Amino acid sequence: MVTLTIDDQEVRVPEGTTIMEAAESLGIFVPRLCYHPDLSLAGACRVCIVEVKGIDFFVASCSTPVRPGMVVQTNSPVIRQARRDIVELLLDNHPKDCQTCERDGHCELQNLAYAMGVRERLFEGERKRFPLEDSGRSVIRDAEKCILCGRCVRVCAEVQGVHNLSQQHRGFRTVVTPAHGATMDESACIQCGQCINVCPTAAFLERSDTEAVWEALADPKRHVVVQTAPSIRAAIGEGFGFAPGTPCTGKMITALRRLGFDRVFDTDLSADVTIVEEANELVRRIREHGPLPMLTSCSPGWISFMEKFYPQLIPHASTCKSPMSMMSTLAKTYYAEQAHIDPNDIFVVAVMPCAAKKFEAARPEHQMPNGRWYTDAVLTTRELIWMIQCYGIRFDSLPDGEFDAPLGIATGAGDIFGTTGGVMEATLRTAAELVTGEPAIALEFKQVRAVEGLREAMVTFGDLTLQVGVANGLTNAKTLLDMAVRGAKQFHVIEVMACPGGCIGGGGQPYPPQGVKVLDPDLLQKRASALYAIDGVKKLRRSHENPAVKELYEKFLGVPGGAKAHELLHTHYQARLPRGIL
Amino acid sequence: MNTCGTDNWAEVEARSKGALPPEVVDFIEQCQSDPQAASNLIAVLHMVQERLGYLGQEQLDAVAQLMHIPAAKVSGVATFYHYFRLRPCGRHIIRVCLGTACYVKGADRVAQRLKEELGIDFGETTTDGLFSLEASRCLGTCGLAPVIMVDEDVHGQVTLDQVPVILDRYIRNARE
Amino acid sequence: MGTDVEHAFDALREECRQALRRAEAEHPIRIQVGSATCEHAAGSQAVLDEFRKHIAASGRTDVSLHRTGCTGRCSREPIVGVFIPDQIPVKYQKVDRELVHRIFTSHVMNGVPVLDRVLDGPVERQFSHEILLCENARCSTEDKKDWGKVFEQALAKARVRAGDVTFVRVSCLGACRQAARGVFTHVLILPANIMYAVQTEEDVEEIVRVHIVDGQRVARLEVTDRPLTRRFFDLYGDVSFFSKQNRIALRNCGVVDPESIEEYVEHEGFAALTKALSNGNPDWVINEVTRSKLRGRGGGGFQTGVKWAHAVKAADKVRYIICNADEGDPGAFMDRSMLESDPFSVVEGMMLGAYAIGATRGFFYIRAEYPLAVRRIQMAIDTCRARGLLGERILGSDFAFDIEIRLGAGAFVCGEETALIHSIEGARGQPRIRPPFPTENGLWGKPTVINNVETFANVPVVINYGAEWFAKLGTENSGGTKVFALAGKVRHTGLVEVPMGSTLREVVFDIGGGVADGKQLKAIQTGGPAGGCIPAPWIDTPIDFDTLTKAGSIMGSGGMIVLDEDTCMVDIAKFFITFSQDESCGKCTPCREGTKRMLEILERITTGKGEPADIDKLERLAKLVKRSSLCGLGRAAPNPVLSTLEHYRDEYEAHVRDKRCPARQCVSLLHYEILPDQCTGCTACARKCPVACIAGERRQPHTIDQAKCIKCGACFAACKFGAIERR
Repeated sequence: MVTLTIDDQEVRVPEGTTIMEAAESLGIFVPRLCYHPDLSLAGACRVCIVEVKGIDFFVASCSTPVRPGMVVQTNSPVIRQARRDIVELLLDNHPKDCQTCERDGHCELQNLAYAMGVRERLFEGERKRFPLEDSGRSVIRDAEKCILCGRCVRVCAEVQGVHNLSQQHRGFRTVVTPAHGATMDESACIQCGQCINVCPTAAFLERSDTEAVWEALADPKRHVVVQTAPSIRAAIGEGFGFAPGTPCTGKMITALRRLGFDRVFDTDLSADVTIVEEANELVRRIREHGPLPMLTSCSPGWISFMEKFYPQLIPHASTCKSPMSMMSTLAKTYYAEQAHIDPNDIFVVAVMPCAAKKFEAARPEHQMPNGRWYTDAVLTTRELIWMIQCYGIRFDSLPDGEFDAPLGIATGAGDIFGTTGGVMEATLRTAAELVTGEPAIALEFKQVRAVEGLREAMVTFGDLTLQVGVANGLTNAKTLLDMAVRGAKQFHVIEVMACPGGCIGGGGQPYPPQGVKVLDPDLLQKRASALYAIDGVKKLRRSHENPAVKELYEKFLGVPGGAKAHELLHTHYQARLPRGIL
Repeated sequence: MNTCGTDNWAEVEARSKGALPPEVVDFIEQCQSDPQAASNLIAVLHMVQERLGYLGQEQLDAVAQLMHIPAAKVSGVATFYHYFRLRPCGRHIIRVCLGTACYVKGADRVAQRLKEELGIDFGETTTDGLFSLEASRCLGTCGLAPVIMVDEDVHGQVTLDQVPVILDRYIRNARE
Repeated sequence: MGTDVEHAFDALREECRQALRRAEAEHPIRIQVGSATCEHAAGSQAVLDEFRKHIAASGRTDVSLHRTGCTGRCSREPIVGVFIPDQIPVKYQKVDRELVHRIFTSHVMNGVPVLDRVLDGPVERQFSHEILLCENARCSTEDKKDWGKVFEQALAKARVRAGDVTFVRVSCLGACRQAARGVFTHVLILPANIMYAVQTEEDVEEIVRVHIVDGQRVARLEVTDRPLTRRFFDLYGDVSFFSKQNRIALRNCGVVDPESIEEYVEHEGFAALTKALSNGNPDWVINEVTRSKLRGRGGGGFQTGVKWAHAVKAADKVRYIICNADEGDPGAFMDRSMLESDPFSVVEGMMLGAYAIGATRGFFYIRAEYPLAVRRIQMAIDTCRARGLLGERILGSDFAFDIEIRLGAGAFVCGEETALIHSIEGARGQPRIRPPFPTENGLWGKPTVINNVETFANVPVVINYGAEWFAKLGTENSGGTKVFALAGKVRHTGLVEVPMGSTLREVVFDIGGGVADGKQLKAIQTGGPAGGCIPAPWIDTPIDFDTLTKAGSIMGSGGMIVLDEDTCMVDIAKFFITFSQDESCGKCTPCREGTKRMLEILERITTGKGEPADIDKLERLAKLVKRSSLCGLGRAAPNPVLSTLEHYRDEYEAHVRDKRCPARQCVSLLHYEILPDQCTGCTACARKCPVACIAGERRQPHTIDQAKCIKCGACFAACKFGAIERR
C-alpha cells in the first residue's frame, strides 16, 4: 500500500494505482479525454494533468502511478487554466458545427469545453482540412472532427485485433486513417463500428439510412416492414432516459407502429429459425465428419473478419444467413406469399445494434433473384432513437405493443442471441434434443456466457460430448481460432461475436449516458441481463418449439436443411482483399 | 483442420514478392528468424527507397504482408518519418539544409533562389523529372553553412549566385 | 581470468603495433587527409586522389597517404597534414589541387613547407622546436607560478634565438593524471614529441639547455606514460583554435585513421575494455563512471553511472544498451564527427556500458542522413567481430556482446528515449509516458540503457585514466569536458571541446576568434530548439548543465550558435518554433496544437500584424506547452520563445507596437529609402530593381515608390555609395 496526499487529503491505495484512480477513491473526478478504462494508456490529450509537488511540469494523472509521499494537487488556478487552454486548443482545430453535428449533445469534447469553461477563443488560427470519407457502406470518417485521442486506433487494434487504423503523418498534419488513407470499405476494416462507439466526437459515424426509411414510410405504395434485433429492446430505453438494462420491447413496438411501419416483425423469430438450421447443420457435420469446428455466422463483423483475416476458415463457417437476412428473406417470400403482396412492393427495414449489418445487407449474396435487396435499409439503434425523437413520440409514456404475425413469435432462445454465448446456448438447447431425441433437461448453459470475452466449455448430452468455444471481441476470437488452426484443441463449434459482449455492445448501440463509458463491462452486463430476464420468463425456450417456426416449415420451407431452406436461408463466403494481417 | 481452397495466402505472397526488389524479399526472409522481426521495418523501408527512389503503396502493402505487420502501421511509419518519400522523385535530390547555422547565414534565401530557379516548392519535382527539392533539418556540416546537398554531394558556403551554377552542372550532365 | 584477458589484449596490441611499425618503416613520410562528411563537402576526396596521382608519378615509395577523421576545424577544410620524421608536423588549410601540387613538390619532395598556406597561416618561417606548455587551470594544484615566464627567461638565458623556438600555452596535455607529487606542469616538445614533467626552475633550465640547445633528451624528467591527448597536441598543438581545447571525447578525431583498428589500439584503444574485463566486476565499472561525474551528453545531463545502476537494479536479466546517434539538433554535428572520425572509441564505450549493465545486445541508432557515419560504424563493428572484440567470449573472457545498427529516418523526436525505442522496434517514433523509465522497461519491455555518442566516447577515458582525474577536469557536479559545435556568426566555426566550467567567452572569443565581420555579439544560442538565447552580457557564464539552465537555456547536445547584432531575436524564436512545430510528433495536444498557434502568433508579429495581446498569448501558450506536454521535447520546445521574451521583450514590443524590426531582418517591417545627399544618380539601383519602383533622372537623386517596393533589397546591395538606407 502507498500513502499519498491528494488535495490535502491523505489516501492509502495499493501499489500500481494511478493518481487518477487514487483521486477517484476520494471522490475527486479528474477531467479526462483520451483515457478509456478498457484500453491501453495513451497520456496524449493532457486534459487529466495534475500538479505533483517537486515535479516542475504537470503529469497526466491517468498514467502516472502513485508514489509514497506524493503530494498531488488536482485543482488550482494554474491547472484549471492549463486544462481550459488544452481543451481550447482542441476546439480551435475542430469544426464549429456543433449544432448540426450528429453527436450534438453526446459529444465528449463539447461537454468538456463547457465544463472547463471555454467561453471564448484566444488562440484560433488555421484549422485542419480533410475531405469527408463517406464512401463506406457502414462506417464513415470525418477527420476534421478527430482530436487524435487515439481511442479508435486502440479499440481497433486491442479489442478487435484488426489494426486497421493508425495515425498517419505527424505533428499538426497527423490524421487517423487506414493504410494509405484508404476508404473504410477498401481497407481491412470489418465494419464493426467500435471506432464509432469509442470516439469522443463525430470523427467516426455510421452511414445514415434514415432518409431512405422516411421516404419509404411516406410512400403509400410501399408496404414497409420493420424487424428489430434481440439486443435493441435491451438498449433502446437508454436513449429515452431509462436505466441501462431496462427491457422496452412493448414501447419499442408501439413507437415503430406510430412511425408508420406496416408490420413489426421480430428478428428473434428468425434467430429461432437460424438455430433450427444451424443445429441441424452442426449435427450433420458431426455425423458426417464435415468441417469442424463449425463457426457461427450471425455476426457480420466477424464474417468480414474471417473473409479478410482467416480465409482458410471459410469452409468452417456455418452457411446459415444471419437472423436479419433470414428475416428479410422470409418477409419477401413467405410473408409476401401469405399476405399476397408483391415482394417488390415490400420495403424491409432492419433495426440492428450493428454497423456491419449495413454492409451485410448490401452484399451481393443477399440480393433477390431480380437484383433487388432482401433488406432495403438497416438502421442502428441510435438512428431509430433519433427517428422516434424526431417524430415527436413520447417514448416513456407509450403503451406496450406486440409483434405482428406471422413473424412475431420468438422463444427465449431467440431472445438471448443478442448477448455473448446466446447463439451457443440456443444451439445447444436444440442440438441436445436433435442428438438425444429428448428435450434438453438443462435449459441454461451458463458456462458458455463469455462475460469476460472468452470461454471454452465441454457440454455433454447423451453419449455426445461437445467441445465448444465462445468469444466476443475479435482479439479474443483470434485466441480461440489460433488454437483451432494450430490444432491445439479440437472444437466442435465456436461462437464468435465481433463486438465486446456480443450484439448488446454492438457498434450501433446508444451512446451511453454521461459518466458511463462504452465497453464498460457493467453496462454490457445490465443490457445482457435484460435479455436473460426476457428469456427466463418465457414458456418456450427452445427454438424448435416455436409454433410460428413450426408453421413456417410446415407451410413454406419444408424440412430444416432441406432444399428450399437451403436456397433461401443459407449463403456462402469468399476471401476478400486486402488480406488482413494478424 | 480443413483449410481447403479458400486460402489466398499463396496469391497474396506471390504478388507481394513481385512488388519488391528480390534482395529486399531476401532480407525480409532473413529477418523472420529474428525474434523481434518487426523491428526491421524501418531498415526494410530504407532498402526499398534506396532501390526504387520512393515508397509506393504497392511496396508498402507488400512489406506489410511479408513482414506480417498491419498495413496501417506500415503506412503510419512511412508517413511519420520525413526521410521517406511516398512519391517518385527526380533524378537528383536537392536537400537544402535549414539548420540553425545555415539559417543565420541565409539558408532561407538560398532556398528561395532554388525554388525560383527550379520553379518548384519543397517536396516537389520539376516537370522534366530532373530535380526534387527537399528541406533538410540539419546536414551536420554547420561549419560550412549555408549548405545544400545534391544527392551525395555536399556544397558548402553556397552563395545566391552559385545556385544556378551548381544546377547547371547537373543539367549539362543530363544532356550529355 | 584477468590475466587471460590481458594476454589476449597484449597479443592484439603487439599485432597492431607490428603492422604499424612495418608501415612506418616502409613509408616514413606520411600525408594525412581529412575524411569526414564536412571534409568531403569541402573537396577532400579530390585532394586525396590528387595526392595519390602525385605519389604514383613521383615513384616515391617512402610516402604514404592516410585518411583521418575530422579535427573539427570546419571553416578551413580540407585540411592536410604532412609528417616528416624529425620535423614539426605541418598542417595545411583549404587544400585544393593546385595546393596539392605545391605541397608535394616543395614539402614532400624537397622538405620545404609551403608556409603561406599552413593552417591559420601564413607564417614566415618554421621553427626548429615547439614547446607546448600545459596550463590547465584545474590541475595545476596550488602552484601559481607563471611557468611561461620561467621558460622565456630560460630561453633568453640560453641565448636561444627567438625565431628558432616557439612557445605555446595549451589548455591541457592530459598528463596530470599521474601528477606525481610535486610536479607542477608538463611540457611537450616538438618535433621530438617528448613530454617532460616540470617541478622546479632548474628543471626548465635543464630542458632548455639539454634538449633545445644540445638536442639531447633529459631522461630524468621524461614522462614515459602516454597521456591521452599527446598525439593530438603533437599534431595540432601549435594552432590556437586547438591549443585552448581539451580533447577527450575528440582525442582521436583527426589523429587516427578512423578505419584502422591498428591505429586505434596504438592510441590506447581497448585498454579500458581490457582493464574492465580483467577486473571482472561490472560494478567496478559503474562505480568508476559514477565517481567520474560523467553526465549524459545528449542534453538531459543525467548521471551516466546512476542510469547504469538503475538498469542493473531491474530484475530482468535480458538487458539492452543503445547508442543514441540520432543527432537531430539543427546546428550540432559533434556526434557525426565522432562516429566518422573515431568510431572505435564509441564502440568501446558502448562495450564497457554493456559489460557494466550485463547487456548482450546493443544497438546503434543512427540518422540515415549520416551515410558515412553509418558506414564507419558498420566497419568498426565488423572489424571488432573479426578480431574477437565482439561476439562470444570477448578477449577470452566470459563477456558476450554484439551490436547492430538501426537507422533513423528523419524525426527529431526520436532523440527522446522512448520515441527512439519505438523507432528501433519499427514503430512510429512517438514518445510514451514515463515512468516506467527505459532502465526498467525499455526496448521490447526489457531494461535498457540509452546513452549518447559523446557519452560513450568518454567512457574508455574514464576507465583508462581514472574517475578522479576525469571528475577533476570539470565542475563540482559534472566531470570532464563538453564538445560544442560552434557555428553561426563566429570567425572560426567548428568543433570545440572544453572542460565543463569554461566560460562562453573562452569558447566564442579565445577559441572561436570572436564575432565574424567585426560585428557586435548579441547573444549565444545553446541547446538548439530546446535551448535558449544567452545575451551577450552573460558571456562570462561558466558552461555547465546547471548554469546554462539558470541562464534560461540548456546545455543540450552542444549546438552553440553565435548571434550578432543583425539577428532579430523574434525571428530566431520563430525559426526554432517552426522547427519544433514541424518535428512535433503529434501525439499530445499542447505540443501539436500549441506550437502551431505559437508559430502563427510569431508569424503575425514578424509580418507586422501582431496585436498587443499577442505577446501575452504567446507567453501563455509557451508556458502551457512547457508545463503540460508529454515528453521532454514538447516541454523544451517553448524555451527559445521564453528565453527571448525574457531578455528581448523590447524587440517583440517594437515589432508589435511600432511595427519595426530593430535588427532590420523582418522583411515585411523594413523599408528602403534613398538618402538624397548621398545619391549620385548613377541609376545602378533602378536598373537592379525587379519591379521598377525606383525613379529619378541620371545624376539626380532617385526615389523609391514605397507602394510598389517589394523590399527585396536588390537596390541596397547594388548601391556603391551607401545612399540606400534600410529602416
